[in-house]
Amino acid sequence: MTPELGHFVLALALALALVQSTIPLFGAARGNLLWMRSARSTAFGQVVFVGLAFAALMRAFVVSDFTVLNVANNSHSLKPMIFKVAATWGSHEGSLLLWVFILTIFGAAVAAFGSNLPETLRARTLAMQAWISVGFLSFLLFTSNPFERVFPPPLDGADLNPLLQDIGLAMHPPLLYFGYVGFSIVFSFAAAALIEGRIDTAWARWVRPWTLAAWISLTAGIALGSWWAYYELGWGGWWFWDPVENVSFMPWLLGTALLHSAIVTEKRDAFKSWTILLAILTFSLSLLGTFVVRSGLLTSVHAFAVDPERGLYILGLLAISIGGSLALYAWRAPMMEGGGLFKPISREAGLLLNNLILATATGTVLFGTLYPLFLEAVSGDKISVGPPFFNGAFVPMMLPLVFVMGLGPFLSWKRADLVGVLQRVRFVVVLAVLATLAIWYFAKGGPVLAYLSILIALWLFFASLREWALRVRLFEVPLQESIRRARNLPRAAHGMTLAHAGVAVLMIGMIGSSVWKSEEIAFVEPGTSVNIAGFDVTFEGVQRVRGPNYIADQGTLRVERGGSFVTALKPERRSYPVAQSTTTESAIRSTLAGDLYASITEPSLDKAEESGAWTLRILYEPFVGLLWLGAAMLVIGGSLSLSDRRFRVGAPQSSKARSTKPVAAE
Amino acid sequence: MRRFFLVLALIMPMSAQAVEPDEILSDPILEARAREVSRQLRCVVCQNQDIDSSNAGVARDLRLLVRERLVAGDTNEDAIAFIQARYGDYVLLKPPFKPETYALWFTPPLLGLLALGIGGGILMGSRKRKKIADLSDDEEAEVARIFTSSSEGDHR
Amino acid sequence: MKRAVAIIPLVLAVIVGGFFLWGLNPNRDPSEIPSVLISQPAPSFILGPVPGLDVQGLSRENLLGNPTPVVVNVFASWCVPCRAEHAVLSALVERDGVRLFGINYKDQPVDAVNWLQNLGNPYERIGLDLSGRAGIEWGISGVPETFIVGGDGTVLYRYVGPIVGEEAVSTFRQALRQAGVLEERS
Repeated sequence: MTPELGHFVLALALALALVQSTIPLFGAARGNLLWMRSARSTAFGQVVFVGLAFAALMRAFVVSDFTVLNVANNSHSLKPMIFKVAATWGSHEGSLLLWVFILTIFGAAVAAFGSNLPETLRARTLAMQAWISVGFLSFLLFTSNPFERVFPPPLDGADLNPLLQDIGLAMHPPLLYFGYVGFSIVFSFAAAALIEGRIDTAWARWVRPWTLAAWISLTAGIALGSWWAYYELGWGGWWFWDPVENVSFMPWLLGTALLHSAIVTEKRDAFKSWTILLAILTFSLSLLGTFVVRSGLLTSVHAFAVDPERGLYILGLLAISIGGSLALYAWRAPMMEGGGLFKPISREAGLLLNNLILATATGTVLFGTLYPLFLEAVSGDKISVGPPFFNGAFVPMMLPLVFVMGLGPFLSWKRADLVGVLQRVRFVVVLAVLATLAIWYFAKGGPVLAYLSILIALWLFFASLREWALRVRLFEVPLQESIRRARNLPRAAHGMTLAHAGVAVLMIGMIGSSVWKSEEIAFVEPGTSVNIAGFDVTFEGVQRVRGPNYIADQGTLRVERGGSFVTALKPERRSYPVAQSTTTESAIRSTLAGDLYASITEPSLDKAEESGAWTLRILYEPFVGLLWLGAAMLVIGGSLSLSDRRFRVGAPQSSKARSTKPVAAE
Repeated sequence: MRRFFLVLALIMPMSAQAVEPDEILSDPILEARAREVSRQLRCVVCQNQDIDSSNAGVARDLRLLVRERLVAGDTNEDAIAFIQARYGDYVLLKPPFKPETYALWFTPPLLGLLALGIGGGILMGSRKRKKIADLSDDEEAEVARIFTSSSEGDHR
Repeated sequence: MKRAVAIIPLVLAVIVGGFFLWGLNPNRDPSEIPSVLISQPAPSFILGPVPGLDVQGLSRENLLGNPTPVVVNVFASWCVPCRAEHAVLSALVERDGVRLFGINYKDQPVDAVNWLQNLGNPYERIGLDLSGRAGIEWGISGVPETFIVGGDGTVLYRYVGPIVGEEAVSTFRQALRQAGVLEERS
């Protein structure tokens, strides 16, 4: 019964969404408070119903109800519980249900925390959100019913692709979707503001926390996906410029731009129509990601079961939502007044440059990703656009961006004193150059571009610290006074420093692991030793290990350095009999200095069969750990900023709000 | 989720792995070049992977072929062209520079120039409109100071 | 001016959307790779016979100067879909008199001999491509693949994957008709 119940509540949610997409709009147009406020209850109703449907599907997976087609296709009774739960969003239908669930969570969050928004803006925002709900709920109900039954039910399920049976990947889609879908709120705010015809600093203030929340999730989701690829695929790569990666990266790039342009709109009442456009485009790119993954439009390493009908339906949704909002933009945006003025050397100018570069980079990634499609449509030729193109086009854009990132926070609004700023960063430059020289001395060689990138990354790192130190007047006043100042600093300031420094850390991780990576590949038999990056790695043999739904050959590697034991690595080669596939489970010894990364596979040659040899692949990737550390700093920095009291419970601090709810001010 | 299709591919001749020890050339310089070339060639049966990291049989054959060509004295470009002649532009992960791809290669720099132009235009425009600023800088700063929380640290 | 600028995003989105619509065409297969060989002379290759089989080897010369176009099929005994395709190809040879040449791709000769003895041998000539090198010359990405080669040695058509099932067979027969191997159906 539960599956049918789940199906039924989805239909109820659709009905509520239909109501919410119209009544509040009329209410806002006519000034009918009751109609406007109806959006609140329907938003709560939607999240409850979709939540119930999601719970019903999850239950079907947890109890392995193979009468449900979705469960039969994607689960297996022997699968560990956590992956049964995660399989809820492992399929096209399930992941779409999760998508809609998160959409309604955000809608309800606006309804709950938006009590200090103007009535009309809140009503219109929730109505816009409901439009998206209507589109995706109907898509779910009409083309992708997750609760479809199968008769006769199979005895057991077909199991989920083993590559997906991994904790990193199980958590990847929810985080990613929180990011994608989180931008829907910003999109709804933008559309509502366009309808209202008014954008002011207060609007930007309301939008920023939602942008930030979505951005944090997306950052974490992308980092997790990249980390998964790193340890699971067995050759130590972490970014492949695959269309699926690109479509998650583009909303991130543009969302980052939005995050910064919204600051200008909030503080200086400028960049208004640009901020609105970014809000629309960021969510549009998120939708594009959903579309590309589910339509089979581009050849990618990952796609859900492809169905042209579904593709057409999503394209229709895209046309309505993106086309509609951009048409609204074309109509309304010209009416917006430009805001505060600024000099070419100012915080605004710095953020303008940030936005221009991020937008250019997004455009480049978008164009490169879609170019094979364009060319095929125009001339019929098939080409591939791969990492060499993206690295070549993208990296040169990032270096100036990172340079400006270091300088920007020193600049004051409107008009900055360049000479003063340069005086403040003198030592930072010297420090960065010295550190780069030190790295050059120890690393002995490597491409010039790598050193240039390191120099710029170090510049950003030290500049971020320096800027923070200036704020708390570190070493200028007694330490106690600095600590007091640090505690009084808004959390957003700490967050920015941490996030900017995180980008620097991340960059060093990227450069180190791509430029100074070393690799050894060898046939090994028990007793064979391999030397890499100063480590002696001895293969001691393999043994059979039995997992819940797999059988593994587990190798043991003794790692020594200078004769003394360091660690034992146990890479596995797993085979999943039900899913009929094998996976490589690498073993990694992580330190900040670098990762020792080992994987084993059975050799394909006959030669090895007789001797019991294995193919051992060992990588040493210097600094690769900094990549995840840097990503963590971005997430923590963003979260710190989000927890800033000015953002608390999404509460914009207008003068009125402040008088009713005083905040601690010193 | 990568290699999702690989698992499904029926037509793969015997399983192999990415670069294997017996493929590696004894000359480290040649081997390094071979790896570089392999990273620029797309595996034709995989969904989106270079032949260097692919475990498809055809990818292995191509890796061996690349090494054979390099040992025979081909330059990297010759080796790539050799494969391209048989499999077409599709195998090049770095698209060739020719009329069909001019748009691809020129777009990023053009976008960059456009961005610079827009940025310059905005900065110029902002300077010109200076006259009609309704508040003086000090007044503006005062407003901003009142408006934002007094604990705000970025108004030095 | 401002209005014109504000409309640009919409215009771009509509253009991109148009391409998407085109890309969703159900007849389009994004993973299909066009062969560079079409309308080109067949690649040069010389393959010896499969040991233990009383069939001659295959080389480029055998594809030149034929009175009618011929079919070249790349197959292997380890390839499961090839088994299904074998019946289709045999029927083409027996009923329609198509001339069929085979490239035995990366196969153990013993297995290939057994396979052909069990299923019958429709191939006029079979070249053993143990290293897969001839396969690369032909630009194949897997097995089976089937080519139609004109009498002068020009590659006319390529079919990727097994010719199995009504749709695939009729597509291939259509190609044979266009090449002039089969009579136009009246």
